[in-house]
Amino acid sequence: MLDIRGLHKVYEGSGRRVEAVRDLTFTVSAGELVCLVGPSGCGKTTLLKCMGGLLTPTAGEVLLSGKPVSGPPPGMAFVFQEYGRSLFPWMRVGQNVELPLKQKNLTKARRKELVADALESVGLADAAGAYPWQLSGGMQQRVAIARALAYEPQVLLMDEPFAAVDAQTRADLEDLVRGLWRERGITILFVTHDIDEAVYLGERVIVLSASPTVVQEQLKVDLPDERDQLHTRVAPRFAELRTHVYEQIQAAKRGIPQDAVTKSNTPPLH
Amino acid sequence: MRGSNTALGAAGLAVFLALGEAVPRLGLVKEAYFPPTSRIASALWDEVTTDGFWSALGDTLTGWAVGLAIAVCAGVVVGVTVSIVPYLRETTASTIEFLRPIPSVALIPLAVLLYGAELKSVLILVVYASFWQVLVQTLYGVQDVDPVAEETARSYGLGTWARVRHVLWPTALPYVMTGVRLAAAVALILAITAELIIGAPGLGQEIAVAQTSQAVPEMYALIVVTGVLGLLINVGARTVERRALAWHQSVRGEVAV
Repeated sequence: MLDIRGLHKVYEGSGRRVEAVRDLTFTVSAGELVCLVGPSGCGKTTLLKCMGGLLTPTAGEVLLSGKPVSGPPPGMAFVFQEYGRSLFPWMRVGQNVELPLKQKNLTKARRKELVADALESVGLADAAGAYPWQLSGGMQQRVAIARALAYEPQVLLMDEPFAAVDAQTRADLEDLVRGLWRERGITILFVTHDIDEAVYLGERVIVLSASPTVVQEQLKVDLPDERDQLHTRVAPRFAELRTHVYEQIQAAKRGIPQDAVTKSNTPPLH
Repeated sequence: MRGSNTALGAAGLAVFLALGEAVPRLGLVKEAYFPPTSRIASALWDEVTTDGFWSALGDTLTGWAVGLAIAVCAGVVVGVTVSIVPYLRETTASTIEFLRPIPSVALIPLAVLLYGAELKSVLILVVYASFWQVLVQTLYGVQDVDPVAEETARSYGLGTWARVRHVLWPTALPYVMTGVRLAAAVALILAITAELIIGAPGLGQEIAVAQTSQAVPEMYALIVVTGVLGLLINVGARTVERRALAWHQSVRGEVAV
């Protein structure tokens, strides 16, 4: 579904040359929920923007269903961390969700249907007439998620979407994303700096190294499909996985390559 | 709180009018040049019952409204174009900074040469003065576009025109509104100035006529009318601004979350 091959990004500007992403290669299969974690400042956002067609990579390519991405592809939707700035305050919630649909050739009735359905599935069916700034932070991010869902993407890119909400809201939103993923079968690539979140949400976790970024490790999360905040987070396997990812991130910060830490793709069962 | 402010305002105005009545009557200033309030009021009443006054008022408002409309349209179109066409802003910045400070009244001789004492002369001055207000505010407003909002729009495949319409224009609107409000006040000043100096028909010309014919109370009455006009224009512009920007944080106030 999503193929990243030898992605390399260098920012050039006023005499400074910053290599943000060195060499990234990984794939995301259709219907997978993959979490990307890495130390802060490791170029996660750069990577996501290259994938979303918002930035042009210096070298390498991004393929969506086999086709190279050169601009924002119609089959991809973005959820940004800064929901307050990503939603338009001059539009009501319903209009915000509907705006991207106006670029597609859809009838008015179909657009209405999609908007209502998307708002319903994030639990905001009755908020269509409100302005985003009349809602709480968590609700605003739900609106941004609804906007992405209504767009009917094949791939959903989420850039640290819950970094700015409080812990309780964050737990609710995590369950919402997992629920939507299981219900709708969308491919989701979820970028986060929160290790617990990555392990709790993902089917697979890709650990990135410190900048200039390479893939430090890929890890399959062998937790049951049915997850909930209460039991999953205290399960021994969850603790093992999170400890493992934590070690990898610490190693990444010190600049130790993956092979020196572990050779297996999944941490051994203790 | 609001009621007591209105009452204080009314009291202040009453004191001012009473002083205007008392000071000339007590002989502290020459009554011939500073007629008491009551005489200005009765001259005002005489004025508003003549047809000439209303047609002069109509002429002034026509010059103001047409000039302002042209200036706002031109200012917005030029401002948006200069901002979105690459390198145009850098190319035009110094020219704008040079042309902008030229006082509109310095163009009076040119206007007279071109159009004499016609409405067109008034329009030249009004448009020139108010155009810069709108242009500069539009330029600032367009710069204020949030990169996250812009990226959101791009990621959802919005084209250039859709981004101008749904992101750039609403972002710039609060600035444009400020520009329009400033331009509306400047346009009135220039409309009256043009009529006063060039002799184009309107309230300004009536003031000049009243002055040359020694009709001092009538002159004051017309000045009062121009003041009221300015006040109404400002109140009107603020009302429009509040309605158009109900979503903006400067207007919406505190919200319950």
